[in-house]
Amino acid sequence: MAGPKLKPEELASKIKYSLPPKGWMDQPVEFKEGTFSYSGNPKNIEYMDLPNPRKWQPTDPDWKLPENWKEIILEGLKDRLHRFRSLQIFMDICVRCGACADKCHFFIGSGDPKNMPVMRAELLRAVYRNDFALAGKIFGRFAGARELTLDVVKEWFYYFYQCTQCRRCSVFCPYGIDTAEITLLVRELLSLVGVNIDWIVTPVANSFRTGNHLGIQPHGFKDSIDFAVDELESITGVRVEAPINKKGAEILFITPSADYFGSPHYYTLLGYLALFHEIGLDYTWSTYASEGGNFGSFISHDLMKSLNAKMYAEAKRLGVKWILGGECGHMWRVVHQYMNTLNGPADFLEEPVSPITGTRFENARSTKMVHICEFTADLIKNGKIRLDKGRNDNRRVTFHDSCNPARALGLIEEPRYLIRNSCNYFFEMPENTIREQTFCCGSGAGLGTDENLEMRMRGGLPRANAVKFVKEEHGVNFLGCICAIDKATLPPLMEYWVGGVEVGGVHELVGNALIMNGEKERTTDLRGEPFHIEGNWNAR
Amino acid sequence: MNVIFSLFAILIIIAAAFLGASVPRLDFLFGVAIPYAAITIFLGGIIYRVVKWSTSPVPFHIPTVAGQQKSLPWIKDSPLESPHNTWGVIGRMALEVLFFRSLFRNTKMEMKNGPKLTYGSSKYLWLGAIVFHWSMLIIILRHLRLFMQPIPAFVLGVDGIDGFFQVGLPGLYVTDVLILSALTFLILRRLTVPRLRYISLSSDYFPLFLIFSIAATGILMRYFFRIDLVNAKELAVGLFSFHPVVPQGIGVLFYVHLFLVSTLLVYFPFSKLLHMPGIFLSPTRNLANNSRMKRHVNPWNHPVRVHTYEEYEDEYREKMKEAGLPLDKE
Repeated sequence: MAGPKLKPEELASKIKYSLPPKGWMDQPVEFKEGTFSYSGNPKNIEYMDLPNPRKWQPTDPDWKLPENWKEIILEGLKDRLHRFRSLQIFMDICVRCGACADKCHFFIGSGDPKNMPVMRAELLRAVYRNDFALAGKIFGRFAGARELTLDVVKEWFYYFYQCTQCRRCSVFCPYGIDTAEITLLVRELLSLVGVNIDWIVTPVANSFRTGNHLGIQPHGFKDSIDFAVDELESITGVRVEAPINKKGAEILFITPSADYFGSPHYYTLLGYLALFHEIGLDYTWSTYASEGGNFGSFISHDLMKSLNAKMYAEAKRLGVKWILGGECGHMWRVVHQYMNTLNGPADFLEEPVSPITGTRFENARSTKMVHICEFTADLIKNGKIRLDKGRNDNRRVTFHDSCNPARALGLIEEPRYLIRNSCNYFFEMPENTIREQTFCCGSGAGLGTDENLEMRMRGGLPRANAVKFVKEEHGVNFLGCICAIDKATLPPLMEYWVGGVEVGGVHELVGNALIMNGEKERTTDLRGEPFHIEGNWNAR
Repeated sequence: MNVIFSLFAILIIIAAAFLGASVPRLDFLFGVAIPYAAITIFLGGIIYRVVKWSTSPVPFHIPTVAGQQKSLPWIKDSPLESPHNTWGVIGRMALEVLFFRSLFRNTKMEMKNGPKLTYGSSKYLWLGAIVFHWSMLIIILRHLRLFMQPIPAFVLGVDGIDGFFQVGLPGLYVTDVLILSALTFLILRRLTVPRLRYISLSSDYFPLFLIFSIAATGILMRYFFRIDLVNAKELAVGLFSFHPVVPQGIGVLFYVHLFLVSTLLVYFPFSKLLHMPGIFLSPTRNLANNSRMKRHVNPWNHPVRVHTYEEYEDEYREKMKEAGLPLDKE
C-alpha cells in the first residue's frame, strides 16, 4: 500500500488547531485528495435495490441527485425523528459545552473544526432547526438555522464519512449524545438520494450475495479453511478438523471473513482452529453466514438487519444450540445491541452453556451468542487448556481496546485476562487511550480505503502515538486487538507513525501459547517466527 | 455577532420591563398576567416536549458503556459505569444528574512537537457547570420562602446553610457569589476559547446573559436597592395561591427581575435548556448494559429484503457439490 504523500513529520507539522476566520456556515467544504472515499459502484447499488445508481464522484460539481432530493432528505429526516427518540433528543438538548471537541481522533489528527463531534452534529442540527424547530423558523440564522442546500449535502458527505462511529465522544458528553447514531442516520439520509461510498456499498452487496464482504464463494471458503488446517499441521504437527455447514453441531462459529483471507487476521484463525481442536469443541463453520462483520451497519439500519439476518437463519437451519462469535469490533456492536431486536427472538436456540466447563453465559442468555474472549477466559479460569507463556516471549505486547467491544459491550477485562495468561510481557498504554477511553484505529465504519489514506493516518494518530509511547518506554513490539478492521488498518498506521510494531489478534497470542496434545517439538509461533529472539528486550 | 445579538436581546428585554413597570397601570400585567402566562408556557412547553420525545420510540438498545460489563462471575464488573440492571441505571443517572459524572471525566488534549499527544485532566468546565447548577437549584429552593406562608422547614434549612457565613447585613448568600462567578466563567470561556466561540450560537450566549441578569437584579434588590419585601411576598404568595394581588410600591427593579424570570420560563421549552428533562430520556445513558440478557423490542421493526439460504444454495449448488460441502437439496 502506498503511503500518504506527506512524510509523518510533515503531516504532523501541518496539524493546526487554529480556526478559519469565517463562521462555519460560510465555509464551504473542500474535497482534498486523500481525505475522502470514492462513490459507490452503481452496479452494486442497483443489486442492493438502493436509490439513484449512477456514476459520479465527490469531486464532480454535479452529483446527479434526483430532482426532488431536498424533499426526499427532509421527509427522511422527519420520518427518522418519529422513529428514533435518540435523534429527537440529540437534536434538542446539546448545549455546545465543547467537552467532546478534542475527544475525536479525527479532530485531533486534522485540526479541522468541523471534525469536533459537536460541529459534526451541528451540521445536521442546523437543518433540523431550520425545518423542524420553532425558534429556527422564527429567528433563522440567529437561532443557528441553515437551509438544506447542495453545499450542505456535500458537507454532510465529507464530514459524516469522517466519523468512524467509535462513540468516544459519547462517553465524555454530559448527556451521552452519540455521534455514531447521528452519523448512521445522516448516512441513511444521504443514501436515500444515492450518495454513499464504494467501500460500504460493494462489501454490502458481496455480503448479501456470498455471505461475506470479500465475495468469497463457498468453495473458496472451504479452500482457505483447508489451507489453514494444513498450515496449522505443519506448524504444530497436529491435524485438526474444521467442519463446514455441519448440521447438528452444538455451536455455530462466526468470525469476520478477513480472518480466513487477510493477514495478520489469519494467525488468529490458526489460533481458533488450534483451540477448538484442543478442547474438542463440537462446532461448525458456515459458508452462508461466513461474515461476522456487518457493513450494512455503516450505512443503514435496514441493511444492518438484512445482513445480520443470516446469523440466526443459519443457526436455525443447522440446528445448533448457540452461536460463538470471533474477534470483531462493529460486528459485536450489532450482535450485542441490535441482533436480538432486529432478527430475534432466538427461541430456537438454547441458553449458551460451555460444553467444556459447564459455565452458563448468563450475560448472553437472550441473544444466545457468546464472545470468543468470554468463552476462552472461562476455559482458562477453569484450567481446561494448558498455556506456555514463554512461547510469546518474542513479543512485548500492548492491547488496543477496539471501540465497540469497549464502549458497547464493556468487554474490557476478558481480553486482558487472555493476554496475561498467554504472554509474559504485557504493557498498558496510557489510561486516557484505553478501555472506555480507547482511541479508534481511524479507519472503521467503512473508511478504510486507500484513497482516504491521509485522513486515516490523521485519525489514527492518537492511537499510534500511544503505541509509540509504550514502544519507547517498554520496547513494545506487538499490538494486540480484537477487531478485524483493526487488524487490517493498524499495520499501515503503525508503519507510518511508529515502526517496528506488529499487529495481531488476542487469539493469535492464545494460539501461540497453547500446548496441544500430540504436538511436535515446537520452536516457532503461528507466524513461523522463533519463540525467542536473541537480543530483543526480553532476552536482556 | 452571536454575542452582540444576544446581548442586544437582553438589553431590550430589560428596557421593556423597566419602562413597562414604571407605568403604574401596568403593574397587573407585569406582576400577574405575564408571570402566569410564562409559567403556563413553561409547563405546557415542557410537557409538550417530553410527550413528543416519548412518542418517538427507542428502537434499539444503545447504551454507551464506560466500564466492565457483567459477564463471568469472577470478573469484577462496574455496576455504575456499565450497569446491568435498573438499580445500576438509577445510580448511573444519579451520578450524571447530580454530579455530572461524564463532565468530570473531561480531559484536555495537547499536541507537542514530535508529535506527542497528552491528555491532562481538565475539571474547569465541570467545576463551572456544577457550581452554576447547584447554586441555581439552591437559589430556587430558597425563593420558596417568598412563595409560601408558613415557610417550610427545609426551605429555612437551605436558607440557613446558604447564609451560613453571616457576613454583612442583609446576610450574604454564598450562592449569590457562586452563581455570578460561575456564570462569568462560563461566559468568558465561550468568549475567549477560540474553539468555543466558533461553535457558540446566539442561543448559547442568550441564556447565560439572561440568567446572569436575573441573578444580578436579584442581588441588586437584596443588597443595594432594597425593595419592599413584604409587598413582594404578598404578590408572590398571591400568585402561588391563585389569589393574585398587586400591592403598590414594590419597586421597579422587582418587576424587571420578575420579567426576566418570565422570559426564562418562556424561553426554556424552545431552547437547549431542554437538556434538563432531556437527559433523563437519553438512550445512551438511561439503558442498562443488558443487551444480550434481555430482548429489546422495536415497535417498528419492519421486514427487510434478505438473501435466504435457499437462494444462496441455488446459486452455488454446483460449486458446493464439487467442493464436497453438504447441501440441503441435491
